[in-house]
Formats: sequence, C-alpha cells, structure tokens
Amino acid sequence: MSGAGATAIEIAAGVRSGERSAREVLEQHLAAIEEREAEIHAFNLVLADEARARADEVDAAVAAGDDPGPLAGVPVALKDNLCTRGIPTTCSSRILEGWQPPYDATVVSALADSGAVFVGKTNLDEFAMGSSTENSAFGPTRNPLDTDRVPGGSSGGSAAAVAAGFSALSIGSDTGGSIRQPAAYCGLVGVKPTYGLVSRYGLIAFGSSLDQIGPFAHTVADAALTLDVISGHDPRDSTSVPAAPASISEALGAGVDGMRVGIVTELMGDAMDANCLDAVRSAAQALEAAGATVGEASIPAALYGLGAYYLIAPAEASSNLARYDGVRYGMRVDAANTGDMNEATRTGGFGDEVKRRIMLGTYALSAGYYDAYYGSAQKVRTLLIREFDAAYADYDILLSPTTPTTAFKFGAKADPVSMYLCDLATIPTNLTGHAAMSVPFGADADNMPIGVQLLAPALGEVPMFQAAEALEAAALSAGGAA
Amino acid sequence: MTGVAQTENELDGWQIVIGLEVHVELATNTKLFCGCANKFGAEPNTNTCPTCLGLPGSLPVINGTAIDYAMKLGRALHCTVNPAVFARKNYFYPDMPKDFQTTQYDQPTNAAGYLDPPTGGRVTIERAHIEEDTGKSTHIGGGGRISDAQYTLIDYNRAGVPLVEIVTEPCMHDAEHAKAYVSELRDVLLTIGVSDAKMEEGSMRVDANVSIRPAGSDELRTRCEVKNINSVRSLGRAINYEARRHLNLYNADDAPFQETRHWDENAGRTLPGRAKEDADDYRYFPEPDLVPLVPTADDIAAIDAAMPALPSDRREALAAAAGTEPSAAALAVERGLDPLALGAIEAGAPADSVMKHVNNNLADGPGKLEAAAFAKLITMETGGDLTSNQVKDVLVELVDNGGDPADIAAAKGFEAVDTGELESMLGAIIAESPDEWARYLDGDKKVQGFFVGKIMKATQGQADGKVVNQLMASKAKG
Amino acid sequence: MSDRISRADVSHVARLARLDIEESELDRFTEQLDAILEHAAALDALDLDGVPPMSHPLPLTNVFRVDEVVPSLDRDEVLSQAPAAEDGQFRVPPVLGESQ
Repeated sequence: MSGAGATAIEIAAGVRSGERSAREVLEQHLAAIEEREAEIHAFNLVLADEARARADEVDAAVAAGDDPGPLAGVPVALKDNLCTRGIPTTCSSRILEGWQPPYDATVVSALADSGAVFVGKTNLDEFAMGSSTENSAFGPTRNPLDTDRVPGGSSGGSAAAVAAGFSALSIGSDTGGSIRQPAAYCGLVGVKPTYGLVSRYGLIAFGSSLDQIGPFAHTVADAALTLDVISGHDPRDSTSVPAAPASISEALGAGVDGMRVGIVTELMGDAMDANCLDAVRSAAQALEAAGATVGEASIPAALYGLGAYYLIAPAEASSNLARYDGVRYGMRVDAANTGDMNEATRTGGFGDEVKRRIMLGTYALSAGYYDAYYGSAQKVRTLLIREFDAAYADYDILLSPTTPTTAFKFGAKADPVSMYLCDLATIPTNLTGHAAMSVPFGADADNMPIGVQLLAPALGEVPMFQAAEALEAAALSAGGAA
Repeated sequence: MTGVAQTENELDGWQIVIGLEVHVELATNTKLFCGCANKFGAEPNTNTCPTCLGLPGSLPVINGTAIDYAMKLGRALHCTVNPAVFARKNYFYPDMPKDFQTTQYDQPTNAAGYLDPPTGGRVTIERAHIEEDTGKSTHIGGGGRISDAQYTLIDYNRAGVPLVEIVTEPCMHDAEHAKAYVSELRDVLLTIGVSDAKMEEGSMRVDANVSIRPAGSDELRTRCEVKNINSVRSLGRAINYEARRHLNLYNADDAPFQETRHWDENAGRTLPGRAKEDADDYRYFPEPDLVPLVPTADDIAAIDAAMPALPSDRREALAAAAGTEPSAAALAVERGLDPLALGAIEAGAPADSVMKHVNNNLADGPGKLEAAAFAKLITMETGGDLTSNQVKDVLVELVDNGGDPADIAAAKGFEAVDTGELESMLGAIIAESPDEWARYLDGDKKVQGFFVGKIMKATQGQADGKVVNQLMASKAKG
Repeated sequence: MSDRISRADVSHVARLARLDIEESELDRFTEQLDAILEHAAALDALDLDGVPPMSHPLPLTNVFRVDEVVPSLDRDEVLSQAPAAEDGQFRVPPVLGESQ
C-alpha cells in the first residue's frame, strides 16, 4: 500500500471534506519518492513544484466552498507517452528528449478537472514497445517489491509508482498487455478498457487499433473511479465510443450472484507457470463461492493472437513512428540533405527494439507481403472476435492468468521472442477491442504477486468490475495467499 | 520504328497518349481532418494545430462538408459514389507532417465517371478520390530550384487542406483535347461551387501523363508524368514538348524511362524531376484512426436533386431549343447567355437571329438585357423596322441600362425608312445624277457608295444600306 | 538461417524506414526478425478463406465534424520546439541529393 496508507477514494473524501489537506497528502507521497525513487527510477520527471502549486489550489478551492472533483488532491502519475502541455513528454526515447507538447491529452484534462495532482511522468519501454521497461532509453525501472526484478512493461514506471507509494493512482497504456502485465507483476489492479471507451487524443500512438489508456490502482474501487473519470466520448477521437458510458463505481457492490464465468482453456496450457494456473483455479472457486457458476470456454484462435499481434502492432507502429524525422520537433542530427538527416536522426534516436519493430512492420506491409502478413493478421482478428462472441453467449465474463510467470529478473528475457511470450494471455483482448483487467490473487514462493485476468465483452466493464471486486474480497479474506 | 524522318507534321505515324491527374482544393471553411482555417495566403504556420502538424498523439476527424463536396463533384462527373475507406500512403518528405499521406486507395469515394468537353470527345474518368494536401516548401538559394538549394523552409498552412484527385483514363490524344477537358472541368467545378479552381493559385493542379505509340496500335509505352503546369496554355505546350521529346528518343533508337518531369515555362521544356529512390513502395493500409464512409442512397439522391445545371446540360438545352448542335451553343453558355437566349426563343424570336446576336454582339454578357426586350428587338429587326446598325446601337443600350427597344429606338430617333419611300427617293436621285447611274449600270461598283451616301444623307442615316443596295440592283435589272 | 526474411530484405526495409543499419548489426537483426516472423507464420495453419479483415474493433461509420473554424495553435509555441526555424517556417537541409 502507499506510504500515505490511503486509497484514492479515501484521499479524495478527506480532501473534499476539509479533513485532510491536499498539500499534506502530496508531501507524504513526495517523501516516499525522496526515499526510494533513486533506487526504483519510476519517473522520467518528478513534478514536485507543479504538484505543490496544484495541491495548494485544490486546498484553496475547498476552503472557498468549491468542490475540486472526485479525485480531489489525489496524487496521480502519468505514463510519459501522454501529452502534457509545456511539460516534457519523451516516450522514454532520445528522439523526443525534452519535447514539450503544446497541448494536453484529453485524459490529462479530464483528470486535472477532477482535482487530481500530477506528481510526475513515468518511465516506460521506449514508445511503449516492451514488457519489462528495460527498453527505456533512460534506464530501467525496478520492481518495488523486489528490485532485482522488472516491474513489467511497457507501463513499468506507472506500476512502480503506485506499488512504491509515490502516487495513489497512475495512468498507463495497454497495446498488448502493457497495463495488465505490470499490474500483475507489481500486485496492483490494472485495467485495459474497451477500445474506444477512453479517448486516445494525446496518447502518443504505437498501435492505433490496439492502444488504450487505463488506470493502475491498489483497489478495484479506485480503478473504477479513475476509469469513470477518464472515459467518455471525445469528438477529437474518431474511434471514440459515441454513447456516454455507464458508471462503474455506481455498479460496484452488486456481487456476482448468477454470473456465468468461463475459464479460457487455451490460456491454461503449459506455457503458464503452475502457480499462475493455480491462482486462476482458486479465483474461479472464490467466484463460485460468491454465487457465480464456472465452466470452460474454448477460444482456439487465442493461440494465434501473438502471431497476429506481432504483425499488426509493428505495422501500425512503423507508420506511426515515421513522423520522428528531425524536421518539426525532437532530436535532429544534421546532414547535408533532408533524407540523410532523417536517417541519421532516426538511427541515433531510436533504440534497438523500436528499430526492430519498425523494420518488421515495414516488411509486413511491403509490396508482395501485405496479403501474407498484415492482411492475414487482420483476418485472424475477425476469427478471434467470432470465437469470443460465441463464448460470451454462454458466459458473462472469462478468466485466465494475466501472465505466464511472475515478475522475472533483469536480463532474463534478452531474446526478443521470449519477451513477446509474456503477452500471450493479454494480447487477444487488444486484438478484439474487448475489456480486460488484472487483479492480484495470491503470490508465488518468493512472495511475488500473481495476477488473474478477467475478460469481458465490449463495454462489459460493469460485470467485469463486479467480478473483480468479488476476487478482491476473497483475496483479502484469504490473507492474500492462493 | 527507327530512322523516321522529321516531317512537318512532327508526330507523323505516332499517336500521343495523354492521361490527366487533376488535384482540386475544396473550398471548405476548414481542413479535411481538423478545424484549422482553409485559407490561401495566410502568414506561414498560423493555421496549424496538433492534427495537421502531425504532432505526437494527434488524431484526425473528418470534415463532413468536405465529403459532401467530394460526392457532389463525383456526381457532377457522372461517377458512382461508393462506400469508402481512408488509407495511409507511407513515404518520407518534409512537407508531409506525418510522413504518410491520408488518402483513399482501393476503396475511393467516386469511380467510373466521364466528362464531355464542348468540342466533343468524351473523357472517361477512372476515379475521383479524397486526400489531404501537403505543406509547402520554399527552396532557398540557387534561384529557388530544388536542385541548387542551400536549405528549405516549410509552411504547413496548406497541410491537411481537402483535395479531390481526379484521374482520367489515358484517352486523350492531342493537346487541344486535354485543354478542352481541363477548361470544362474548371467550369463544372465553378458551377457546383466546390472549388475556386485557380491554377495560378494552386487550387487546381494539373499533372499530365504523356506517352506516345505508333499510330493505329493500342499498346501503352513508357509514360512520363509532367508536373508544375500552371495554366491551360502551359498544359498544351508541355504535352507537345514531352511528346516530341519521346519521339526524338525513339527516333534515335533510344526510349524514355519512366520518371516524373518538371515543366519549365520559361525554357519551354520539361526537366528531369527529383531523383527516384527505391521504387516507391507506399505500403498502403487502412487508416486505423478513421472509420469507414458509408453514403446512403438518400445522401446521393439529395446531392443529385440539388445539382445545378451543369455546362453540358445548359449547352444541350440551348441546342435543343435553337435546333442546333451543343458545340454551337458552347460560346453562349460560356458567357452565361443561355438563359437570355432560351427566353428570347421562347418569346417567339427566330432562333438563328437570336444565336447570331448572342455569338457576335454580346461578348460581355447579358448585362441588363432581358429576354422579352431581346425578343422584341429581334422582331423589329426582322420586320425591317430598324437597320442592323440601329439594332446594334439599341442592343448596347439595353445591355447597359435595360429598358424597352421601341422606346429606345424612338428616343434615339431611329425609324426604319419605308421601302417604298426609299424607292422613290432613289428614283429622284437617279434622275438627278444620270451620269453616275450610267456608270453603275456599266458595272462600276465604286459608284454604288455615291447613291447610298445620298440616300443616307436624305434620311439622316436611317436608311438600311443593304436595302438600298437591293433596290439599286433590282432597278438596274429592270 | 533466414527462411522468412533475408539480409537483403532487412537492408531494404531499413532504407524504406530511414534507418541506417550497419553491416555488423545486419546479421543480428536479420536473425531476430526471422525468428519473430517464424512465430507469426503459425497463422499459416488457419483457414482464412472468406474471412473478412478487421481494421477496427468498433462497428462505427460516418464520424464527422462540422466545417467550422476553431482556433489554431500559437505559432511561437510550436516553433519553439522546432530544431530549426526561420521567418515563421520550419527550416531543413536541402531536400534533394539523396546519398544513395
């Protein structure tokens, strides 16, 4: 739990009622940062002065009888691929080092309007490409629960910030599992919402048809509140769901009586560690005990998700990252002509993983290969959706491990393909656009947390959170052990 | 074909093959994917935002009016309007903020249309798709030419402006046809109001794809794309130059290679364009940040219902009323005189007289002349109430100030002189001038003016010279 | 070694993507990319005949905005982030004369 020992909901309630000052809450979190940030490196940039000014504003508003909003005074960390006006936004890449966006991402504005206090921009795998935050150009982030281990990625810094008590909440992005996997590794609740529920305007794009922004929190209720704040139609995002979403917070507490839960067979195979599988079975039992029925759901195409993802995501990324050419912003390596300048800049500015994915994506789209690679992968998405839709005819939510293992040690997955396998269970819902979240449920022999994944149909956040809540209660009453 | 001698008809034995790609800037208030102003001539980079600058994290949202304009354009060109998907065309160029262009690839909005220029020769149109414009580069140093520049400055005001690219089949075979197509296209664009289509300002840009082939064959040989054509006249010059360049190459046992060339208006020739890198592999894929366009039958019906009369419709209408060919009605329509002509014909004026006046005496347009007055004036002319010179005078007055022709004629003191009166006058003058009459009878044409002059003087210029000549001729006969 | 992607392919796509991969790195990248594509090749086992491609998770169509001007960015703020600017424009080295 955070150094302040309070959830976001508790903090906001305290600040709004005048019982606590936002400034005091902030100072506690800044003290935690002071103490451990050098070791953890969750942040690319700590915004201590800005946060203090903002916290003071919140306190002044409360004193004046105004309501700063549902996240009043809550310290929030933002993944450094979210545009913050006038504040460097780097994607943990040299090519954007020092770049100050002239605008705020929609979710940043929404959070600010709700009274949140931003404590810093968190570290990530460069351009969100990775599963360990080891690909950051500014050095890795360490798992606060065991600093020899990775926090996961790509949103490793956001996960670490909450796990270490640097902030009460954080925001990450998830393209293939980049919120859920770090959440599992760090013992947090992490949510990838339905595609289109949260505006992508201001999220620096990696895989446009896959990217979604979501929260990290200690509790399901905190995650629900945060998601309620940041979700909603945005006219600046053409892929934004038009209808106003139902409140998740208000739906909590309903329980899971009669809910039909399906364990995804193909994600319970031997790619998964035994303890992760056990956690899922325990979770299923807990839900049953709470009134749900549990069965098995088969999604054969799920095993092809990785293959499809590692064609689609790099393809879209190769196009999204073309703009980093040294012309309008960011790093420039000068040369005699523009073409050479583009090449020198990109070669010097991008790390190896980014280069790898750009080349892979370029290849998958290139003349003669489009049909076999990118074209085929887009068809697999259709297949996946059909199979999930069929499963959701029989089940309200599905269950699987979040990751094949718990947090691994630094350097353990130096081979790119072994790193990609971390995303086996999380990738399918990025491909389908459905909702998914990771909830901590038990620990391994080394006391590293295990995450269990809940999956729901598009806009099925309410039943998903209700099930998550039931698991949370069960984990608490079991003392956190599976 | 080698060693063909250069004859006066320089393309003897060969046929030019021309396809045109015309980019039209749509005259919407805002850009295609963002709310920045779509305005020519603003201070550099003052109409830009995260989206049209392609800043990290930005997203596009489609301007609905741009789509309406594009569909209207498609229907005016008789295209089929289809469901469409935007795609990314990926390549690096500094005037492209995202280093990809958002365009339409295999599912364009408009396909399979045509345009009939007034001089004939239907031009078939393969597609008319929607895409965003790029920024503008200015090359500094080296006389403004790309190849000698020291550096380049870029203004993104134009980046993101909505364009429709209209691609014809390679169905034109001479420069005049191509020019006629472009002129007619421009008239259509102005009529439907989707663009101001100014080549000199770049709101209509014409690129010509030119190749040649032996006359009578249907092969398609290597073509070159010619850019930087800034007027219809330049288009003709560029096509002819390029065709000749290809001919010279073939005659020298050589051949053109496929490239983009740059028309130099001052030098009067095409020059090699920028160096081609690896064959352009644009790696098109559907734009993930946009959702598909699905026009309904109602949408298209509404566009058709609201379509104004196009130049070809107007030519046909006037030709039908005048009992002539559409090409004969072209000048009238071009000058906006067809409503007037139609009205006059409908009011009973003889069509050939109407058309004669419209084509010869109304070069500046109708002005304040109205159909009823026009018809009345022509009736007065054919009835012999006014001479042809008097008619012209009254016409000028009607165009400038409007009014009634009879009133104007009276005010000017114009009266046609009765033919019988003229005859007796002529008789009197002949009696007075027997020598001159004798010379006329002898065949002296020059003395004709003497008699006409006398009669003009006697009638204060109101006699119709033609009638006098006719009277003299018939008197001479018998 | 490389069934699915060759050194020449990697060299080619690197150029297309404006990346300069040194000779010494080319083998390593080729091997890595080949391994990834090998994995992706698992898709070959699926019967995708008649399956339509899916570009969007959402069944949305016809999303538009109104053709009304909204304020643009402040030019100074934008150009302050440019690597080089002159006369209110972005400045780059000459555009032509590719090194290849």
